[in-house]
Amino acid sequence: MSKLQVSLYRYNPETDSAPYMQEFQVDTQGRDLMVLDVLHLAKEQDNGLAYRRSCREGVCGSDGMNMNGKNGLACITPLSEVVKGNKLTLRPLPGLPVIRDLVVDMGLFYQQYERIQPYLQNDEPAPAIERLQSPEERDKLDGLYECILCACCSTSCPSFWWNPDKFVGPAGLLQSYRFLADSRDTATRDRLAELEDPFSVFRCRGIMNCVAVCPKGLNPTRAIGKIREMLLANAT
Amino acid sequence: MSTMRSLSFDAIIIGGGGAGLRAALELAKSGKKTAVLSKVFPTRSHTVSAQGGITCAIASADPNDDWRWHMYDTVKGGDYIADQDASEYMCSEGPKAVFELEHMGLPFSRFDNGRIYQRPFGGQSKDFGKGGQAARTCAAADRTGHALLHTLYQNNLKNNTTFLNEWYAVDLVKNANGDVVGCIAMDIETGEVVHVKSKATVMATGGAGRIFASTTNALINTGDGIGMALRAGFPMQDMEMWQFHPTGIYGAGTLVTEGCRGEGGYLINKDGERFMERYAPNAKDLAGRDVVARSMVMEILEGRGCGEKGDHVFLKLDHLGEEVLGKRLPGIVELSKTFAHVDPAKEPIPVVPTCHYMMGGIPTNVHGQAIMQDADGNDQIVNGLFACGEAACVSVHGANRLGGNSLLDLVVFGRAAGMFIEGALNEGIEYLDASASDVESAMKRITRWNESEGGETVPELKRELQDIMQTSFGVFREEKNMVEGVKRLEELRERIANAYLPDKSNTFNTARVEALELDNLMEVAEATAIAALERKESRGAHSRYDYPDRDDVNWLKHSLYFPAEKRLGKRDVNFAPKTVDMFEPKVRTY
Amino acid sequence: MVTNITNLGRSGLSDWLLQRVSAVILALYTLFIVGFLLLSPGLDYAAWSGLFSATWMRIFSLLAFISLAAHAWVGLWTVTTDYLKSTGVRVAVQLIIILAIFVFLVWGITVLWGA
Repeated sequence: MSKLQVSLYRYNPETDSAPYMQEFQVDTQGRDLMVLDVLHLAKEQDNGLAYRRSCREGVCGSDGMNMNGKNGLACITPLSEVVKGNKLTLRPLPGLPVIRDLVVDMGLFYQQYERIQPYLQNDEPAPAIERLQSPEERDKLDGLYECILCACCSTSCPSFWWNPDKFVGPAGLLQSYRFLADSRDTATRDRLAELEDPFSVFRCRGIMNCVAVCPKGLNPTRAIGKIREMLLANAT
Repeated sequence: MSTMRSLSFDAIIIGGGGAGLRAALELAKSGKKTAVLSKVFPTRSHTVSAQGGITCAIASADPNDDWRWHMYDTVKGGDYIADQDASEYMCSEGPKAVFELEHMGLPFSRFDNGRIYQRPFGGQSKDFGKGGQAARTCAAADRTGHALLHTLYQNNLKNNTTFLNEWYAVDLVKNANGDVVGCIAMDIETGEVVHVKSKATVMATGGAGRIFASTTNALINTGDGIGMALRAGFPMQDMEMWQFHPTGIYGAGTLVTEGCRGEGGYLINKDGERFMERYAPNAKDLAGRDVVARSMVMEILEGRGCGEKGDHVFLKLDHLGEEVLGKRLPGIVELSKTFAHVDPAKEPIPVVPTCHYMMGGIPTNVHGQAIMQDADGNDQIVNGLFACGEAACVSVHGANRLGGNSLLDLVVFGRAAGMFIEGALNEGIEYLDASASDVESAMKRITRWNESEGGETVPELKRELQDIMQTSFGVFREEKNMVEGVKRLEELRERIANAYLPDKSNTFNTARVEALELDNLMEVAEATAIAALERKESRGAHSRYDYPDRDDVNWLKHSLYFPAEKRLGKRDVNFAPKTVDMFEPKVRTY
Repeated sequence: MVTNITNLGRSGLSDWLLQRVSAVILALYTLFIVGFLLLSPGLDYAAWSGLFSATWMRIFSLLAFISLAAHAWVGLWTVTTDYLKSTGVRVAVQLIIILAIFVFLVWGITVLWGA
């Protein structure tokens, strides 16, 4: 059984003047491992290899990275899905500053998330029990609340690459719509007012890279379309 | 250590999971100078993986539901060593805490009348076990933990909580009087080591399932808080009590929620027999987790396991239909396809009992204050140290936790700790400052790794530790095997004390974090091993071939592990709830 | 809210709407012209100038010119803010674009109404 050729993006600011690709030979024993397992094996060869990981089952969003050119979560991506010609190339998520190896600085991504006020706002006093919501109203949140903030979508979006400080990006906008769509949220007007500028929402060109890479199968482009509709309805 | 930077807070919360974030939210609202210190970005904490729901008598599925019934289930589920005052507090305060979550925006699934959806879970009953199966677990599809954790993080953002994200707490700092006055922590991104001073230090560091080779737990669940507290000399309670979840995906270890069985799924052996009918004629597949896990192992040991090796059983869901699966269990469908290569709408999922939850932990009262024993065996509060969530042992789970009670534990006791600390800070807390030598002794461990110059490396030692625990301290335990395990752990401790960290760089050095985590795994493993060996009975999740029966004469007690002498003592279980009659220990059947 | 003073409508929504409305007008205009050319095989100067001497055609053409100007400005403004990160360069290029669009627009109007 020939070993898997793994090419890893390496950069340690303390010792490297520039990033470089390092080749590893990883013995998978013919198993269809997840990419994260391959990283564990590579780390046993080189203790200094840095990457984030936590739940290893695709719900925490730690190990978003670029695998053979496509963003995704290493822990739920089997080799059979990405490896071509026995070669696997792993790079950090594109468009964000690299801290070390596959670890990127997510600061800008989180800033955009915080900007959309990602929490329920309701100015009416809360009842003694829960606020009621019909199953139909609740259904509107499906496909929105499941976001794990892995940043695979936003870092595959050219609009976010060019204006990460101004364009909210697909992840943030998906969450923005999660609250706009919530029957319990009463801040719709204020939320929309924050979004009508030329950058926050309207930098989306609808190329749907975000949809293609979302490891949870969510559709930020559709959510962005809904926000546009709401803005239009609100302003005309 | 004169060059070390220090930060000062009223309260520092170590851990950004459900319990930590709930405590932080309470303190942030009060305007106290609080920080959450978490080794991962908070929404990457293991709470995110909780699936089935949060059990609480909010009287939605059944308008006549009563928190006392929930309390009865909890005490019985814990095989009668759950503290009844704490269980009473959790079950009666629970609805408040759950409604608060809903008001914060948690996207619970709904019934047609608009109220929160509740599903049946294991060990739930109406009317103190006499009224049949209850449906008491509030759910957001099968992603309740994710929804809960994100909601709490979002509300902390709203209330401007200070976050020290991707910081790693190394060890506690104690002053000359033995009060906890902060910790040593490392900023993972830069490698800078900082002295964090605080009047209240809250351990919300979660579980330590990674001491086992096969676990549903995240890779980050390394018992850091337990390790820190043990090294600081504080006792641990009920560490032998580890829950093995019946339905971990065979081979991968990832969890499949008990909600699958709550929605009508059931377990079958290789003959297609629904074998739980034999072991628990009433509750069947919804018996306590310890009961179901043991039954599964019995089936496997008696040759009725599935697969080529006969080493697992099947969870059958296909009869529920695609619509129910899509609406109520969408995450399970995803996980099964990814990790078992099985579509549950068509085929059963191969499952096996897998280490899931640590019932033991830092003993606390209902306010989250850590407890130790004085020389006469009386409870004594540890000044400055608090714990909540899985790291704590209040104890509401006793010898076996009920499904859905962990999320409730997090929010109820996270909230309680926050409220208590706020009050205490208002009254004024003054502890002696830590001296330079106090700080230095908390630095010992990280200094040791940084100066290591050769020896065995972390991954191999960790694998060995997990192998020992898996072999000697699994679902069924017995003396000879455990003695062997304890001995191997003793040797391993020596080797870990001389292990080697090759990479000494500062920037995002995950190897250093993993080395520090290994020390904690070691502490937890040893506490577990010694407690398991010494508790000479079978109770809840702790089942021994050599002592197959529950021994209420000698062991209707918490165990208390003292790290300095590696000795196992006992502590009384609380049988004095404030507003209801206590529940007498009875034979536990389902 | 990201504030910006150089875009046309001061609002992403109005820019976005303008872009779509102008696109529809330009599409209709293009269809009309192409259709006219196809349906007039022996097209000569008289027919062509006859078409453009009709008032409705002049209005339609003017609408198309203005739409083109607006469409171009919104589009090019977006391109400059994406790719030109140096403020000086970006403002300079934007000024040149404004000037060009202005010249083309005035020139177009002169051609249309000037005869």
